[in-house]
Amino acid sequence: MSSTSLTTGRTWRPHLPRRHVPVLATLVLLLVTYGIGVSQYRAFSNIQVVFNVFIDNGFLLVVAVGMTFVILTGGIDLSVGSVVAMTAMVSAALLQDGLPPALVLVIALLIGPALGFLMGCAIHVFDIQPFIVTLAGMFFARGICTFISDASIPITDGFWTTMSQARIGNPAGNFVSISVLVAFAVVLVAAYVLAYTRFGRNVYAIGGNAQSALLMGLPVGRTRIAVYTVSGLCSAVGGILLSFYTLSGAPLIAVGMELDVIAAVVIGGAVLTGGSGYVFGTVLGVLVLGVIQTLITFDGSLNSWWTKIVIGGLLFAFILLQRLIGIRFT
Amino acid sequence: MTGSHPVLTMTGITKTFPGVRALHNVDFRLFPGEVHALMGENGAGKSTLIKVLTGVYDTDEGIITLAGEQVFLTGPMQAAAAGVSTVYQEVNLCTNLSVAENIFIGREPRRLGLIRWGEMRRRARDLLARLGLDIDVTAQLGTYSLAVQQMVAIARAIDVRARVLILDEPTSSLDAGEVAQLFRIMRQLRDERVAILFVTHFLDQVYGIADRITVLRNGSLVGEYRTAELPQLTLVEKMIGKELDVLERLDEQQKRNIAAPSDSTPLVEAAELGRKGGVTPFSLRIHAGEVVGLAGLLGSGRTEVARLLFGADRADHGQVRVDGGKASLRTPIQAIDRGIGFSPENRRAEGIVPELSVRENMILAMQAARGWLRPIPRRRQDELVEKYVKALRIRPANPDLPVRHLSGGNQQKVLLARWLITEPRLLILDEPTRGIDIGAKAEIQKLVVELSDGGMAVLFISAELEEVLRLSHRVAVMRDRTMVAQLDNDTTLDADRVMQTIASGTHREEVNRSTPSPSASAR
Repeated sequence: MSSTSLTTGRTWRPHLPRRHVPVLATLVLLLVTYGIGVSQYRAFSNIQVVFNVFIDNGFLLVVAVGMTFVILTGGIDLSVGSVVAMTAMVSAALLQDGLPPALVLVIALLIGPALGFLMGCAIHVFDIQPFIVTLAGMFFARGICTFISDASIPITDGFWTTMSQARIGNPAGNFVSISVLVAFAVVLVAAYVLAYTRFGRNVYAIGGNAQSALLMGLPVGRTRIAVYTVSGLCSAVGGILLSFYTLSGAPLIAVGMELDVIAAVVIGGAVLTGGSGYVFGTVLGVLVLGVIQTLITFDGSLNSWWTKIVIGGLLFAFILLQRLIGIRFT
Repeated sequence: MTGSHPVLTMTGITKTFPGVRALHNVDFRLFPGEVHALMGENGAGKSTLIKVLTGVYDTDEGIITLAGEQVFLTGPMQAAAAGVSTVYQEVNLCTNLSVAENIFIGREPRRLGLIRWGEMRRRARDLLARLGLDIDVTAQLGTYSLAVQQMVAIARAIDVRARVLILDEPTSSLDAGEVAQLFRIMRQLRDERVAILFVTHFLDQVYGIADRITVLRNGSLVGEYRTAELPQLTLVEKMIGKELDVLERLDEQQKRNIAAPSDSTPLVEAAELGRKGGVTPFSLRIHAGEVVGLAGLLGSGRTEVARLLFGADRADHGQVRVDGGKASLRTPIQAIDRGIGFSPENRRAEGIVPELSVRENMILAMQAARGWLRPIPRRRQDELVEKYVKALRIRPANPDLPVRHLSGGNQQKVLLARWLITEPRLLILDEPTRGIDIGAKAEIQKLVVELSDGGMAVLFISAELEEVLRLSHRVAVMRDRTMVAQLDNDTTLDADRVMQTIASGTHREEVNRSTPSPSASAR
């Protein structure tokens, strides 16, 4: 017996860590999809197509980042679509009442995290499944939307229209919106938090094995509550960005968006049971969805439901991939 | 060790759960620089004592002192901060994180709130080097074997500068080489004056490394002994709590030594069947009409043998032959198809469906064997259920009563009936008489005799040697997850001999031989 036999007790491991395989698969998928677009349609190669994908999906990206935190702990947040709509709705209503935009922003950005915090507490304190708690949150937030108004409220505020129309571009005429910059900032901060803070590492630990995390003395409850709060905050930011994009608050906007978000996160390589995934993967997942959508728009002959069909197929393929590479080492 | 003060004392610890007194006035002490084994059968109170010590449970009564000062432990983290670290049987780490992170998570080196990964990896490498482990600390923990994970858990435990290290059955999933590696580290830590509390089911390991032994039984302290002064046989007696001569009081008339038809083709034959982390490969033949008893301490691998034969666990070694032909028993369904029935040890968790009626519970296995698309006609159900309620004297004799309303003994009979209805050729009974009253116990024993007289083969697992000896034609003895002997139940076999086999293990000669030979331990 020697220590050498122990060091070789290690199971086979390729040069490529297995946990990176899903993210790389998504990257390849993205490149292939983009390549198809470029080869089929001349206009696709214009870099503005890529920028437009970001512009159209900036809010989705922000919400997906929040969802990544939740899914990394092994949870789920079904309330995000409704919270996005509620945030946009509240902003529109308050602006219509003549409140100053700065105050509206603060209020709108507090509601989402507050709801997320409450849901997190319910999940932790009463030990209820996240699915059902956030489902309740989803209905609640959607109800608030129609409670505020059952019709769409237009936004005419100067600050909002400025944010909506601002184009940050180069002399060649390519541009992105403010939303894209905000989304990038959120992505960077989130990636940093997950990689370099105790909170971020606890998120991974809980997703890996919550029982172990507890026995290792990690603040499991606090972290759980925090991820739903983070998701609520991201949804709120997403709601603001959506209201920049549409310049209105509509009670039935973003219905079913939570499912797109979950799909993006999973296609981005995160495992629904938690503990494995990256913000970078989520970015790729959102881009894949966006590029597919663009492709189908470019084609023109295809019904937009094809997007859903393709996403459905991809989602299934990725879950299968995760199962095959056995990302859960249990 | 002598002359020094204990680093840890527990005095008069009592812990009661609703309806159960888990610990009763238990004293325990631990000296710096010793390995102290905590011994006892399942349910003796070992786990409760450890949970008290790690702050998972609070006590009803009793005082704990650490280094002479009374402490109140409120949780694992606080206990660790006080110097009591625990490594559990199940590796309680996160396999999705890197090795380095698993050691340091919760106390990562940081600068300005940000984790210093480089520093963390360097310290992890240093710490593991101290334990003689040279592995890639950036790799995910899950890519390493359980043994390495166990070492990482120990590294995590000692990094908090533990004065007391609790190892709760750390060896149960390790092979011999890995155990040796673990022992090397334990000795090294002992030499560094760490006090180690070691819990294991393996007697050899206790005699291989422990300086002293504390024995618990039924929540009470039996005593504290120096390992060198406590022969293995005496230890087993103290754990089981019966003097051997009491065990010898056997009903000789009921003793069965009908020569089993050993020359014929065995009904079921296991050839070098085994599973890593379960049981070491064993060979066992069971003939039709034969009762084979499986004896051994709790945790010695008895249930694992049964689960392998039933396909509930998948064997990774050897094969099974049924009627002389190779059989694939990879799932319980395949085993049931081959005529094997298994009544599990934990009838509440694994057997009985408490909300279903007696009838529904009884026909479950038969229905499963037929497939769900071929329902059993109600009239046939009634016939079968009535027959077995009568034959087994199930009380109350109401087939529509939910099983949870029945007593433990009657629940056990329902479970038996479930398998008898399928008319198995080999019936595996794991602790069929545990926790039921004397009358029901006698009825079940009688039934086993009748079944085997009728040609059914029975594998009978029980912790009670009297029972095993009364019913079995042959007794296979388990020890440390190995089948160490198969003894014919002839006139010469008695509880004493079985007990000695359990205690000493006839196969392992390399173990600490300071133990007096069994025959010398005169009573």
